Amino acid sequence: MFITKYIKDVFGALKSLGVGMKRTLYYFTHHKEIITEQYPDNRETMHLPERFKGEVVMPHDEKNEHRCTGCTACELACPNGTIKVVTKFEITPEGKKKKAIDKLVYHLELCTMCNLCIVACPSDAIKMAQTFEHSVYDRNELTKILNNPGSKIMDGVE
Amino acid sequence: MWSFSKIADFIHEFLGSYLNSTWTMIAEMVIAGVAVIGLFALLGLVLVIMERKVSAWIQIRLGPNRVGPKGMLQSLADTLKLLVKEAMTPGGADKFLFNLAPYIAMIVAMLLMAPIAFAKDFQLWDLNIGVLYITAVSSISVISILMAGWASNNKYSLLGAMRSGAQIVSYELSAGLAILTIIIFTGDLQVSEIIKSQADGWWIFKGHVPAIVAFIIFIIAVTAETNRAPFDLAEAESELTAGFHTEYSGMKFALFFLAEYVNVFIVCAIGATLFLGGWMPLHIGHWTGFNHVMDYIPSSMWFFGKTFFLIFVIMWFRWTFPRLRIDQLLNLEWKYLLPLSMLNILLATAIAILGWHF
Repeated sequence: MFITKYIKDVFGALKSLGVGMKRTLYYFTHHKEIITEQYPDNRETMHLPERFKGEVVMPHDEKNEHRCTGCTACELACPNGTIKVVTKFEITPEGKKKKAIDKLVYHLELCTMCNLCIVACPSDAIKMAQTFEHSVYDRNELTKILNNPGSKIMDGVE
Repeated sequence: MWSFSKIADFIHEFLGSYLNSTWTMIAEMVIAGVAVIGLFALLGLVLVIMERKVSAWIQIRLGPNRVGPKGMLQSLADTLKLLVKEAMTPGGADKFLFNLAPYIAMIVAMLLMAPIAFAKDFQLWDLNIGVLYITAVSSISVISILMAGWASNNKYSLLGAMRSGAQIVSYELSAGLAILTIIIFTGDLQVSEIIKSQADGWWIFKGHVPAIVAFIIFIIAVTAETNRAPFDLAEAESELTAGFHTEYSGMKFALFFLAEYVNVFIVCAIGATLFLGGWMPLHIGHWTGFNHVMDYIPSSMWFFGKTFFLIFVIMWFRWTFPRLRIDQLLNLEWKYLLPLSMLNILLATAIAILGWHF
């Protein structure tokens, strides 16, 4: 009926407004919830969210080994040609030829931090780092080679 | 004990010993005018920093924190910036009306200061139709907004002004009916008499359900009347850039800004006077001991405490609720608030006739 719906509307509106105001009053009185980072002042103690995406890096272990097989899945996944995989053929101790990466070229100036390359990588060779102070004076410094010089592929990564 | 009325009496006696009665009155008028302008400037500074801090904390931010201790001088710095900026008049604008509009907004706010009782026996003008005067004068503010919107020669400004006109005209009805509920209980329009009638308890406690409903309707209606979010369709940053004050800059913009905040203060002061007892301390029936303890808190503290509580509530609304569309806004007034306040006034009349209120 019209009149019951009308009364229900009024009380429902008051209730939902009350719920919203309760939430904001909670935030108003709980200052420890404040998420603002006073950035230049707290560079050392700054807390970034876990999933913050700053730039693509390739982690290496202490023996200077990475996990990249040179499959070019990241290059194919990248929507704007940020990654170029340059491959070479290595001779294994058994005398077999094996494909490996020579250079993994990464253009930071083209990257939109969309995370698609990290999703596409089958061997978890690359990940997003939390660095964000990327300003440089020369544009060429933004073109990076992700694998360290002289690095090898880790054992057991196919 | 220190009080505003003693200062006023002292000034009156001091002037009376040097001047005759006519010049005393003129001198007192000048002092009152300067005091009101000073109060405006102070209110602007305090309310702007309060709004920015409240909004920051509600939105889990820090807010201004660089100028002065904990950012408390931020609004002073902003005022200095606005003072030195150029107050430009656009070429296509109607120059006379364009420059007149901000002053009318300020003058309306100043006129509304007159019948407000700031403390015990401290009131500029205790006229016997105080509440009627307030409702009548507050509706002039729509003229300044329409004037600004029309004179700017800008589509956004005119749209904002027309919306504001529709909004203020319709919300004045339910604000007026909510005020009328309390007038039915007191039977008097004089502000000092309304406050005196709350010596044994505020109307929001004494008036049962109708007073509470009227209070809620009053708060919603005055939020709309002062053009504040969620009813800020006159400005509507996302649709109309800044609505009726799009073309204003510098100190003329600041006057509109100040008038908005002073209007918020005034409507909250009126709400505090009608529903929460103005400067009257919290008194409960015949608990003489409790009432006596409450009397030790100065009356000005009670008035400003209640007023700033209501201002906080209106700011709390602004930073919690999303903005209404213009049709939703008018639906809310004409289909919900107006019928409810009419029913409420009927209920209040019945209670007043039967003498059920305390």
